[in-house]
Amino acid sequence: MKYEAVIGLEVHVQLSTNTKIFCPCSTRYSGNEPNTSVCEVCSGQPGVLPVLNAEVLKRAVKTGLALNCSIAKRTKFDRKNYFYPDLPKGYQVSQFDMPICEKGYIVVNDGLAEGKKDKKIGITRIHMEEDAGKNVHGADGKSSFVDYNRAGVPLLEIVSEPDIRTSSEAKEYLEKLKTILKYIDVSDCNMEDGSLRCDANVSVRPAGETKLGTKVEIKNMNSFRGVQKAIDYEIERQIKVCESGSKITQETRLYDEAKAVTLTMRKKEEAFDYRYFPEPDLPPYDIAQKDIDAIRSTLPELPDAKFSRYLDEMQLSAYDASLLAGNPSLAAFFDRCAAGYKNYKAITNWLLGDISKKMNELGIDDIFDARIRPEHLLEMLALIDNGTISGKIAKTVIDEIFASGEKPAKIIEKLGLVQISDDSFILNIINEVVAENPKSISDYISGKEAAVGFLVGQIMKKTRGKANPRIVNEMLITELAKLKNA
Amino acid sequence: MSENYIKYANYKEMPVHFKPAHEIRRMIDAKEISEAELTKMAVERASSSNGVLNAFLSISGGGAELAGGKNSFWAGIPVALKDNIVTKGIKTTAGSKILENYTPIYDATVVQKLKNAGASIIGKTNMDEFAMGSSTENSAFGVTKNPWDITRVPGGSSGGSAVAVASGSAYMALGSDTGGSIRQPAALCGVCGMKPTYGRVSRYGLIAFASSLDQIGPFTRDALDMAHALDAICGHDPKDSTSSAAPAESFSDFVKKGMDMNGVKIGIPDEYFGEGIEQGVSDRVKEAIGQFEKMGAKIVSVKLPHTKYAIPVYYLIATAEASSNLSRFDGVKYGFRAAEFKNLKDMYMKTRDEGFGAEVKRRIILGTYALSSGYYDAYYKTAQKARTKIKEDFQDAFSRADLILSPVTPAAAFKIGEKTADPLTMYMSDIFTISANLASIPALSIPCGLSGGMPVGLQLSGNYFQEGKMLAAAYEFQKRTDHHLCVAAV
Repeated sequence: MKYEAVIGLEVHVQLSTNTKIFCPCSTRYSGNEPNTSVCEVCSGQPGVLPVLNAEVLKRAVKTGLALNCSIAKRTKFDRKNYFYPDLPKGYQVSQFDMPICEKGYIVVNDGLAEGKKDKKIGITRIHMEEDAGKNVHGADGKSSFVDYNRAGVPLLEIVSEPDIRTSSEAKEYLEKLKTILKYIDVSDCNMEDGSLRCDANVSVRPAGETKLGTKVEIKNMNSFRGVQKAIDYEIERQIKVCESGSKITQETRLYDEAKAVTLTMRKKEEAFDYRYFPEPDLPPYDIAQKDIDAIRSTLPELPDAKFSRYLDEMQLSAYDASLLAGNPSLAAFFDRCAAGYKNYKAITNWLLGDISKKMNELGIDDIFDARIRPEHLLEMLALIDNGTISGKIAKTVIDEIFASGEKPAKIIEKLGLVQISDDSFILNIINEVVAENPKSISDYISGKEAAVGFLVGQIMKKTRGKANPRIVNEMLITELAKLKNA
Repeated sequence: MSENYIKYANYKEMPVHFKPAHEIRRMIDAKEISEAELTKMAVERASSSNGVLNAFLSISGGGAELAGGKNSFWAGIPVALKDNIVTKGIKTTAGSKILENYTPIYDATVVQKLKNAGASIIGKTNMDEFAMGSSTENSAFGVTKNPWDITRVPGGSSGGSAVAVASGSAYMALGSDTGGSIRQPAALCGVCGMKPTYGRVSRYGLIAFASSLDQIGPFTRDALDMAHALDAICGHDPKDSTSSAAPAESFSDFVKKGMDMNGVKIGIPDEYFGEGIEQGVSDRVKEAIGQFEKMGAKIVSVKLPHTKYAIPVYYLIATAEASSNLSRFDGVKYGFRAAEFKNLKDMYMKTRDEGFGAEVKRRIILGTYALSSGYYDAYYKTAQKARTKIKEDFQDAFSRADLILSPVTPAAAFKIGEKTADPLTMYMSDIFTISANLASIPALSIPCGLSGGMPVGLQLSGNYFQEGKMLAAAYEFQKRTDHHLCVAAV
């Protein structure tokens, strides 16, 4: 029998606000000693009350708008009750039945994988909540400690519809989500350091069946790749269970990255009753349309729109357009260059070619962390166009920009890289090379055209790449023709 | 046997420790007494009587905050705080073993305000554990005795604060009122007590029992002092999202101006004068109604038809919220932790079993049940709907009356131990006070005479943020009566 997987993702993202969701503590606790980025509120002292950080509400609305959601006219917080040492109050302030955003979607597969069609993955809801602290277990195996620095960091939980069918679609959804969130600058979205976390609900059913199978929740995946592998494993596991004639058990499973398997964490009957009820310490919030409109006006051009613009208006290839649109920094860099230079293809080639290669070499993720600026690239492109340097020399210039951050003109002057276009100088070199390579000349005269390439190479070598290759070619052919006809 | 109380003809005749704060303020300003003397006297009275009354869980030197608020009404005047109001550096237990060694790292907003006003905080007062109770018998640190008769309860849960004022140790004490925990002990101890409108006073730093019902309020000698106390502690607090931005007038100025009671409509709810009210209580309250009539007030009948649901609704909402509010006492971060346990779950269970008293555990279980999946709609949600009905009752009543008058309790102070075996009977003693919390309206209790030698309280309730009117009417009553001049013989 053929099976189909049904997958829904629950993503938690930490919002990159300056302060925590309900108190004035800083969210930049990374590297701090345990329990030093805490106050009476986020450490759950008796008598404290939460006060909502208005920036959290704004960013939640911004996220909802960017993900095509409808924004609630009225929203409220609820308490989710459970005991765990990392949860200082014994309840998490979250949202239950009146989330801030509902009914959105993300489009995946747009252009990157050619031949495939765009697909909308529905977003059921987005809600705001507070993060918990972290349990730390002692080396002796007996003692445990709690660090509340993370407690109270604002989170958005973004829940997808069960619209995802394959692990690669899940990965595309996550990548797209991450790109959008980075575009709107609400979160760092780093799965490795925990600012983006993902749980997956996975079930299988016979192909063609419309009823949902029993779902299994998978937790503890630490990378997009991990999500993909965990889902693949789980789909295969569930199909095996079905084919053996057994039933899938509703449960929560943990992904073991080292072994690349999922293992039972708790069964359905062990599930918590969270006893949600409205948070009495926070009155409901009414959200005015004018506030939503104001937030909408701050939205940047989002990746789908950017992709279409690159494709349709700038005539970039779908592949290039999707690579640029998929990387907020690169896209911003490109847009700034494109504002001052009309050969978009040339900008793209440099960005996606030599510049990206250089970034990889240096381990730089964000182009704005490198020393190159759009002004550098624009100046360099102009110098190529006016013949001051060759494309080959430009690669050296790029290296030097990355190293020193200096302007191309200055680099060219400093390193003596100006292209040589002086005919008499080039003719001298040609004559030298002709004299030094009688074998190549006789090869050419006997009809071996390939000898031209070798001779050009020799000339470029003598000029350390600075000779204008177009002029070198033209003059060399003229000189060789003279020899042939002589 | 001598009388258990003394009735003075006026404030002048009273010894210094029983005078109202506004009289003390005048004496300080006239240099008839010094702030240092006052604090010394209050601390001595509190300490010497505590062996018998057990009103205080801790007595501090007071006076430490004299630096602030030289020109304020409360500067240098000894006050006490219920032990569920957190005080930076001063042990705060909420009457529970689970917090017996807990020292807060911050001050409650009301404490900050009193310190800014220069009040002399002399101690923390005894209470039912986490404010759950009506007799102060549920304290982990022993029962507080009623100074009028030490075989009787002072009421609760703010029994310690009521006794601190009733015994002349403090001129003002703060309590908290979730279902009557200020008004009922005020009535039973013969002092004044008020629960302001929900949101009038910041709850920041009040150890929560039921967040949507809790409100801090004062105990004082008379209504003018209550107005001064409210002036000191009220106002919007950016740290409490439920605190109101409603402008706070000067309540004391308003009260001092006097109020013409002519034509003021006082509503009498039929539902509050049914069966089960002690004769003495019913007589005293009826006499008080007569007094208001004599003062020109117009007595009207009002209906509060959903009153019969108040107690069940209260015990669902309050326990549900409490079950969540008390989750933080888990032995992980502060307070008591069981000495021995096998694993995390065992640590939680032993800590909470040994750390909480019987009544607190009873309410946590009730509340947990009310919020459980499958029961939530039937209990918590239905209770919320009924709460709305109770609110509507009051809005309807306040469209006919300016104030509502009723008894505070069905009976005067009962004997220690009399009701501990039967929680339901104990819960019933809150029948007249609970509705004000459910409706979020302000209500106060002032003395209106004695029943069997024990004080009886008169309750006045007002509409949202009508504390001024309520306090002024109470003060007009006190100007023409002498019930508030009758004090326990201690």
